[in-house]
Amino acid sequence: MATNIELAHTTASATLAPQPTAVKTVVKFVRTKPLGAAGAFIILAMMAVGFSSGMVAPYDPYSADYSAQFARPSVDHWFGTDEFGRDLMSRIMYGAKIALFVGFTASFMGCTIGGLLGVLSAYWGGKVDLFLERLMDILLAFPQLILALAIASILGPAVQNVVIAISIPIIPRAARVVRATALSIKENVYVEAVQALGAARRRIILRHIVPNVVAPYIILLTAQLGGAILAEAALSYLGLGAAEPTPSWGLMLSGSALSYAEKAPWIAIFPGIAISLGVFGFNLFGDSLRDALDPKLRRKG
Amino acid sequence: MRTYIMKRLLLIIPTLLGAATLVFLIMRVIPGDVALLILGGDQGNIDQKQLDAMRRQLGLDQPLWMQFVTWLWGVVRFDFGKSLWTGQPVVEELLIRLPLSLELALLATMVSVIISIPLGMLAAVRQDKWLDYVIRVVSIGGLAIPGFWVGILCILFLVIFFGWGPPLEFTPPWINPWLNFQMMVWPVVTVGYRYAAVTTRMTRSTMLEVLREDYIRTAWAKGLHERVVVVRHALKNSMLPVITLIGTEFAFLIGGLVVTETVFTLNGVGRFVVDAVAHRDYPVVQALIFLTAFSFVMVNLLVDLTYAWFDPRIRYR
Repeated sequence: MATNIELAHTTASATLAPQPTAVKTVVKFVRTKPLGAAGAFIILAMMAVGFSSGMVAPYDPYSADYSAQFARPSVDHWFGTDEFGRDLMSRIMYGAKIALFVGFTASFMGCTIGGLLGVLSAYWGGKVDLFLERLMDILLAFPQLILALAIASILGPAVQNVVIAISIPIIPRAARVVRATALSIKENVYVEAVQALGAARRRIILRHIVPNVVAPYIILLTAQLGGAILAEAALSYLGLGAAEPTPSWGLMLSGSALSYAEKAPWIAIFPGIAISLGVFGFNLFGDSLRDALDPKLRRKG
Repeated sequence: MRTYIMKRLLLIIPTLLGAATLVFLIMRVIPGDVALLILGGDQGNIDQKQLDAMRRQLGLDQPLWMQFVTWLWGVVRFDFGKSLWTGQPVVEELLIRLPLSLELALLATMVSVIISIPLGMLAAVRQDKWLDYVIRVVSIGGLAIPGFWVGILCILFLVIFFGWGPPLEFTPPWINPWLNFQMMVWPVVTVGYRYAAVTTRMTRSTMLEVLREDYIRTAWAKGLHERVVVVRHALKNSMLPVITLIGTEFAFLIGGLVVTETVFTLNGVGRFVVDAVAHRDYPVVQALIFLTAFSFVMVNLLVDLTYAWFDPRIRYR
């Protein structure tokens, strides 16, 4: 029995078609989607800064230097210093790591759990589907930030709690999209064929449905990344994210930043630019990726 | 139409019930003792007597199912108990803050619709041309800039260049429109621009879909002028989905209100949520989270009914 199923699963067409090389794909993406390429560049730059911050940052982001309080942007401190004399540029560089960590883990967790629920819901159908769909509807009735706010308020301010708080509102959104795709795949003749061959449910889901929902899953993941970084900033700004003295971008803008507005406006300016630029990069990239992968949006002719 | 309305009304009951249950579960099942949190017991030692008294006050000494029934009964009667911080009924506190938030939400929606529909339409008509690129970059950029930072920049700008801060006391527009305007204009900009960015993108993609319909091709084939095709045939047909936007983007608006009211220290519903969280005023947090879900469901009900009113195909599905 098992050998029959193996035979049914050869991917002849994939081996026959000429595979474009990775370089060619990248060149094509840059040429046809200049905005997406710009986004990818910003993301790569942000990653490079974030992961090398320990070596590259000119100062320790945590050490206070009261002789250099509110220093203007200068050769020593490119972005100036804050009320504790901490170097803003170093703090922003370390902040990139936190933003990336929260963004990636939260959207990965949310999209993966949501995606699995979506596949289950589509494949099982019936009561399971009905129950999961209702549950997702109810979750969707809560605005993203409000739900995250409520969860974060109970878990307490800490980076790992922010990840949980941001990922939960992503789950129903991911489940919806993946369920719709999985439903349309389930109707395909080849799925019926393996079903007729007596393949186990687990096998059908893992080998025939899951590979086909990878594209919408990746689109979702990139689309949620920017939003997750923004949500982290908002939660930290509201005092529910990372706690002082963690150099989180949102936290750097909260409380004191505005009270020193006249004396040291740079405290309130540079972290905001960092957030905007990072999220802008992820959104640009995600947008172009969706345009490129989603056949519904592809231009006819 | 009447059967459709009845069906749609019946459908919201399980959703609301589910929302009430979910709020209860989030507040009770997530690890962490609410009574302990309120007394600040997570850092110091706490008198056991005080803890018991607080538990009794919150009704936490009762069995879980009893608490759940009490909560549901309160929800049905729109009675959410009293704030731990002020001792006032939650609903009363809410009603004081509602006019400001409603005004902010309405004005921001208006501003965003005025900006975004023409822009989204233009971008779609000139897809992949420079105008489309500019509009897309601006709208994606608008989405990337956090609302609270725009608020901070507004205040920074006003304070540094004019030495002027917005008035702190809320004056309803029917008492003094000028004072009201002075207070609301910047928050409206802060909420509105983000909302406009979302709506522009949505208008663009609905327009793109409509532009590929057969009847648009027919209109072109008839040799109609571009303006006629776009405005009379495409725009009209893509307006209907834009109504849905108001429903789907409601959540976005609420998020904007929370952050913006906090930046501008406006005493609205959004800041009420943040303050309640900061004060660990759990009855208020619980009530407000449920009420946002409730208003979301209601807004979507209205949107669906409007939609069905305009498009008879939906009623008979």
